[in-house]
Order: sequence, then C-alpha cells, then structure tokens
Amino acid sequence: MSKFTLNINGRSHSVDVAEDTPLLWVLRDTLGLVGTKFGCGIGACGSCTVHLNGVPAPACTTPVSAVGRSKVVTIEGLDPKGAHPLQQAWQELDVPQCGYCQAGQIMTAAALLGKNPDPSDAEIDAAMAGNLCRCGAYLRIREGIHRAAQIATGRRGRK
Amino acid sequence: MSASSVQSPGRRSFMRKSLIGGGGLVLGFYLDASGGALGRVAKTSGVPAGEFTPNAFIRVSSRGAVTLISKQPEIGQGIKTSLPMVIAEELEVDWKDVEIVQGDLDPAYGRQTAGGSTSTPVNYENFRRLGATARAMLVEAAALAWGVPAGECFAERSAVHHRPSRRSLSYGRLAARAAALPVPNTVALKDPADFKLLGTRVGGVDNRAIVTGKPLFGSDVRLPGMRYAVYEKCPVFGGRVLSANLDAVKAQPGVRDAFVIEGTAHINGLMPGVAIVADSIWAAFSARRQLRVSWDEGKTAGDSWAGFAARANELSRRPGARILRRDGDVAAALAGAAKTVETAYTYPFLSHAPQEPQNCTAAFRNGALELWAPTQNPGSGQEMVTATLGIPKEKIALHITRSGGGFGRRLSGDFILEAAAIAMRTPAPVQLLWSREDDLRHDHYRPGGFHFLRGGLDRGGRLIAWHDHFVTFANAGRPGSGAALSGDEFPGRWVEHCLLEQTALDCGIPMGPWRAPGSNAFAWVIQSFIDELAHAGGRDPLEFRLELLGSRDEVPGGPGTLSYNVARMRNVVKAAAEKSGWGQALPRGRGRGLAFHFSHRGYVAEVAEVTVTNAGRLSVDRVVVVSDIGAQIVNLSGAENQVQGAVLDGLGAMLFQGLGIERGRVVQGNYDDYPMIRMPDARARIEVHFLKTDYPVTGLGEPPLPPLAPAVCNAVFAATGKRVRQLPLSRADLRWD
Repeated sequence: MSKFTLNINGRSHSVDVAEDTPLLWVLRDTLGLVGTKFGCGIGACGSCTVHLNGVPAPACTTPVSAVGRSKVVTIEGLDPKGAHPLQQAWQELDVPQCGYCQAGQIMTAAALLGKNPDPSDAEIDAAMAGNLCRCGAYLRIREGIHRAAQIATGRRGRK
Repeated sequence: MSASSVQSPGRRSFMRKSLIGGGGLVLGFYLDASGGALGRVAKTSGVPAGEFTPNAFIRVSSRGAVTLISKQPEIGQGIKTSLPMVIAEELEVDWKDVEIVQGDLDPAYGRQTAGGSTSTPVNYENFRRLGATARAMLVEAAALAWGVPAGECFAERSAVHHRPSRRSLSYGRLAARAAALPVPNTVALKDPADFKLLGTRVGGVDNRAIVTGKPLFGSDVRLPGMRYAVYEKCPVFGGRVLSANLDAVKAQPGVRDAFVIEGTAHINGLMPGVAIVADSIWAAFSARRQLRVSWDEGKTAGDSWAGFAARANELSRRPGARILRRDGDVAAALAGAAKTVETAYTYPFLSHAPQEPQNCTAAFRNGALELWAPTQNPGSGQEMVTATLGIPKEKIALHITRSGGGFGRRLSGDFILEAAAIAMRTPAPVQLLWSREDDLRHDHYRPGGFHFLRGGLDRGGRLIAWHDHFVTFANAGRPGSGAALSGDEFPGRWVEHCLLEQTALDCGIPMGPWRAPGSNAFAWVIQSFIDELAHAGGRDPLEFRLELLGSRDEVPGGPGTLSYNVARMRNVVKAAAEKSGWGQALPRGRGRGLAFHFSHRGYVAEVAEVTVTNAGRLSVDRVVVVSDIGAQIVNLSGAENQVQGAVLDGLGAMLFQGLGIERGRVVQGNYDDYPMIRMPDARARIEVHFLKTDYPVTGLGEPPLPPLAPAVCNAVFAATGKRVRQLPLSRADLRWD
C-alpha cells in the first residue's frame, strides 16, 4: 500500500492503496465516486472516461501512481450544479437509454467541446469513437453534442 | 371529460380481456382489490397517517406529494418512466409533481419480469384502472366534503374541482378522506382522446441522476463494511474444480477468503468455481491473477464451431429429427416447380455484452438473505436461490436496481446465485462483480444456427413450396432459448407446400434469451430467402411479399402461438414502402431492401437504404421503420429511443458479432476482439413511424430488431448482386465492379 494525494474535482484527497490500483477503483471504491463506470478494464469502451488536466482518459487503465499532480475531473465534478450544457442537452433530448455509458460519453464530449465549440458530425464521430453505447443511443448522443454547443453559445434550440 | 366505462360491453372491454389473455386471472389480481391486492400496501412502503394509499402503486400524502411505484425492472427500455405515466394520466396529476420510486420484489406488485416486451401489454390497462380508481375515490371524497353529487366534480392537476361552485380541493387535503372510502368495484377510464400525458415526449425519470453520476446501478451499491468478490469458473462451461491454490490466494494482500463452490450441473444455474473475497475489487482482481485451478473440463471440451458446422452439413442431407410442420407435398411441388432455389444460411452464437458486467450485492444474516440485483427477472432469481441454496423464499429480500443494459441477459439468475452462495460464507455484505471477460465467456448466449432451405415458384412466379431443415443447438436434448423454430413461423400457414424440420446438435454452451429470441435470427433467414426467391422469379420484392401475405385478414395460430393479423402486417409493409420511396431508381452500388416480421405482438416493416463502394465498403444510409403496436404510444420519446436502439443493436450484431467456439470455450474475451457498433458506424438516418390502430397497446423493446438485418442484407443485394448468407456481414466480401 502507498499513500497518494490526488486532486479530484478541485479537492485534495489522500488515499492509501496499492500503487498499481487503477484510478477507476480509487474513485469508485475508496472515494465513493461511483459515477465513473467499469465496462471493460482495458480502455476499450470509454465507460470510465475522466479528465486528466482536461484531456479525456480511461480511468480503468490509469494507475493511481501515474496520476501525480494532474487535475482529475469526474462526472460528479464536471459542473458544480450539474448544469453543464451537455448535462442540460442530455435531459432536454432524453438521450440515455440504460444510461450506464453516459457519464463517459459526457466526459469525452465535454473535452471535445472544450477545444472545438461547434464540432461537425464527422468531428463528433471521430472524437466519440472510443465510447461504446451498447443500447445504441448514438443518434441522440450526436444530437446532444450539437445541442450542447448551441446552449453554450446561447443559440436557439431545435424546438 | 368524457369517459368510457370499462364495464360496458363492447370492443374496448373485449379487447382488454383478449389482450391480457387469461385476462380474468390478471384482472382478477387487481379486481380482488377490495379484499386483496388492490387494497393492500406493499411491505416496502409504510403508510403514515393521513396518507391515501389506494393500492400498492400510489401514495398521496396529506401534503399532496404523489409517489408512484415502478414495479418493473428498468434496463434501458424506459419502463420506469412509461408505466407510471399511465397511472399519472388517469390519476390526473401533474407529471412534474410526481416522484417515481423503484419497487422491490414484492408479491403485492404481481409479475415483475422485464422480458418478452410484455411489461406494457400486461400492465397497461391495469395501470389505467389503478390510476382511475384512485381518482374516483378522490372525487368521491371531495363530493362528500362539499355535500354535492360526484357527477358535478372532476379531477385535474392534482385537485378535485366542483364545476357549479368553482370550488377546488387539492389531493393532499383530500387524502385522509379518500383513504377512509371503500375501493369501488367499477371505475370509468378516461377517453383516450382526452389524454394529456400519454403520447407526449417525456424524459427518463432517472436522467438527472444519470448525467450527474449519482448511484443508480447494481454495481453502484455501497454498504457499510462491504467486501468485494470475484468468481472464477471453468472456461469450458460447467467444468468442475479438481484443485486450486487457495492458500496462496488467501495470502494475497487484501484477501479475506477464497473457497470452492461445488455448484450444480444446471448449465444456466450455479456453475462450479472458485470465489475470492477481498477488501476491494482491485485486491480481488489482483489476487485472481495468482489463482491456479485444475479443472475437470467435462464432456464438452471438444466443442468447436467448425465441428458444429461440419456436423450440421452432414445432418442437412438427412431427414430432420422433428417435423414442425408439413403441409402438402414439398418434394413433389419442388420437383414440379418452374423455378427452385436451394441454399443455406448460417449465423453464429452471440453474447449480450451489456455494458455493466453482471454483478449482485448480497448480505446473509441470521439465515436471511438481502440482495441488490440489476436483474430483469427478480422473481426467478429469488426462486433459484431457494431451489439451489435452500433459503426459504420469505427469507429473501430483493432490491431491484437499475441495470446497465439487459438485452435478455439479466433474465438469467446465475449471477444472483453466485452472489448468494458467496454471501452465505462471508460474515459481511459482499458485492460480486464479473470482469468483462467473465461476462463475455460466461454468458447465456444467443444460439447459432444453420438453415438448409429450398424454395419453389410456379410459372407465375408465385411461392408454392418452402422447405427449411433447421439445425439448431440443445443442452442435454433441450433446444436453448431462441433455438427452437415454431411450426407456425412465417411463411408456414401461407405456403401451400411447406415442410419445417428441426434437428438439434447437443452442446455444452449455455443459451438464453437475446433481444427478440428466435426472431432475431429467423427473420434474417426467412426474409432474406424470400428476397432470393423474389429475385429468382424476376419479381419486385415488395409485390412478391404482398402477394405472399395474401388477402386474408387474420391467420389463426396453432396451439401456443398467437394469431397473425395479416391486415396489420400488410399495412406496415405498404407504409414502409411508401415512406421509403420504394421503386424509385437508385444507381448501382446503392440499394433498398425490405423486410417485415411479427414478434412479441408487434408488426414491423423496415426498408434499409445502403451504399456499397466498389471496394466493398458498406454504409447503411437510412432505415425507415414502421411499427404497429396498437392504439397508444405511451411515451413518444422513449418509443423512438427503443426503435433507434433496436435498429442499431440489430445492425451492430449483424455487422460485427460472432463468437468463436474452440475446445469447448468462447474465444473472444473483451470489446477489443468482440466489436460492438460505435458512433462512426451509426450514421444511418433512422425514420421512426407508428401506425396507430384500434388494437391493444403492446411493447416495443424487441419487435423493431428482427427486420433490420434482412432489410440491410436485401439492400446489399440490390446494390451489388451479392447475397449475404453468413453472419456477421463484416466477414463477407462485398466488392463489385
């Protein structure tokens, strides 16, 4: 076991875990932040996507020892009021089916919008290709990203 | 508000009874109400004083808060939103004021299985009645309070209003009075023309929690002192533990215990294996890497897909083991046919691969078991625990959590049994979590299959002969779920000379229901072969299908099968053709394909439009889906989600998925070698249409899936002249010039 001090959602957390423990399990089991999901354990489905210094990363293949001073943001910390444009758009368009993948989808999409405020369909598809949605909610996920881009820039919605 | 009495004889009343089928029983459950279930309160909800609780599903507090219980498991099909909407509509409450609570497993709720697209058809009319009963009691309470006839009062927006005097009383103020009234024996349902909520777009009730990462799912359960468990099973299904290095595993950091579970011989039950219980899931995963087990792999360690295929080919030359249907004389008809086509279709075993791996949390204290399970079938899970582990039913409490996908996988109770067995040996609550590899390699799979087909046309290009020798899979002689063809499967009952035969290959691979069991494969085979025959006769595939469906309005089913409403099917086929622009010319390399299928009470036709490049690269550009699931779409937003999801699920399975079976085990292990559809392959425009008809309201989770694969494969043929007879399609060579 080793001690690590992590910056998660703007707060400092000290944890004592095996150093090969993936960040995913530190979040879920040590800190009780269960919004980040386990899907595959090999970084192939995107369910566990978090931000490390604003860049989307699979928490299931990121050992806690590799996090260092990086700022970790999870779905719980994406917006203080849970009102990020993507979180608004997801509710407005009723994007989720089972919902299990959606935290990861939103985190990947948030990073995309962070660097590209108005992405095209092709840019969305390329950025989101690592995020599996087993229910096949892809059409609304894509629409939701467009809608969030509108909300963020104060443009009018589809309705 | 006009209202139609459910007691009045007539079509509506008749329909409801015929819909529920054994309806007396189901209705009886609710009707017994005054002395039985309707007057009873679920054990999970205590009733504070002054609260109006007319049945197990509705609570109105003295402050006016309305709580509705969702009894069905939520797996992404939207039932936690849609069924409470049905109550809210009749109860006349504002949806935004309603709180939805997931019910535990409780006999007061009746059947709680989410499977077979039955949640809506089984509950829709009953839930209307529940809401209407509560509304009638609130109206009666107000009428008594005012000393006016109930007929002068009406309910709207969580209050009762007295029309002549314009007085109002909120539901909260009426709750205590209503609670003192007897439950009426008859109630008036709303006229659907007056529906305000049903048929509109309503967002999922858990959406806010989902997008902010709140705990909802089975694997999110956290209990004080909870431990984490993994369970290693033999890679060959049902293999038994000969020995394991338990002492070495127990010495690993964070490990509390490791032990062998003998299990049973039931291939869909508690498999033998080794459990590791640890302080964290990572400690359990890490210790598992040190686990060494010597297995008795059993009799099926020689199973392989190549072996199955070779055996199926041999069997195809012999008569089938079972005759499912024999009409006319197929051999003579084929011999005399103007044109015949003979070919074979093959599809692989599939995994469900829900994104949340199987898991269950269990606490065993003083002989009682408490379970938290992402399950589609809580009642069956409870029964399996009783039957296998001997815990009496009344000592098992089961909390239904949201499921991270179901697709039929969570109808099985294996993961519940494993958690229960581990909990019985663990002095603390314990969460069993499967790895992705466990999930893919220990699924209850969609069975693969082989169809050896012959079809014959007369001089006019009419289909006169159909012969399918279906070689399927069985465990110990019993075909798996979705592995048995019905003698009534289309086009049986339509073609004059029809022979349906079935031979089962015994195997050790567990099988289970996969979204639209049977139909998800049979529709592809049948609607593809019909297309082949249409083209062989130089016929337009739409016209050929309409001729085949014929002019009858209804074709009765045999014992145990539903009758087939041909008129409804003709209408969805024609509508799909019309909305898709069927018949309009497309350049080479582009094509349209049509397919229809009746399953789970739903009538669905789909037209796919595809582009295939010379290099053989396929893109599915557009899918038009026309469904007839009866008189009412409950939640339009959820319904569209189900159709789009079913189309993309069907597309992904058809394009990419096929399990390798070698040495009795599944070859693939994770999403890297078992590819699922991703966003770049989900570019199709999916157009969702519903034909509203005067038939009972039925479910939508499954019916739109089966027609997708044949519609796409038929479109590929139209574009390229290449017929896909083996899935997955991504292994086919679609190059053309």
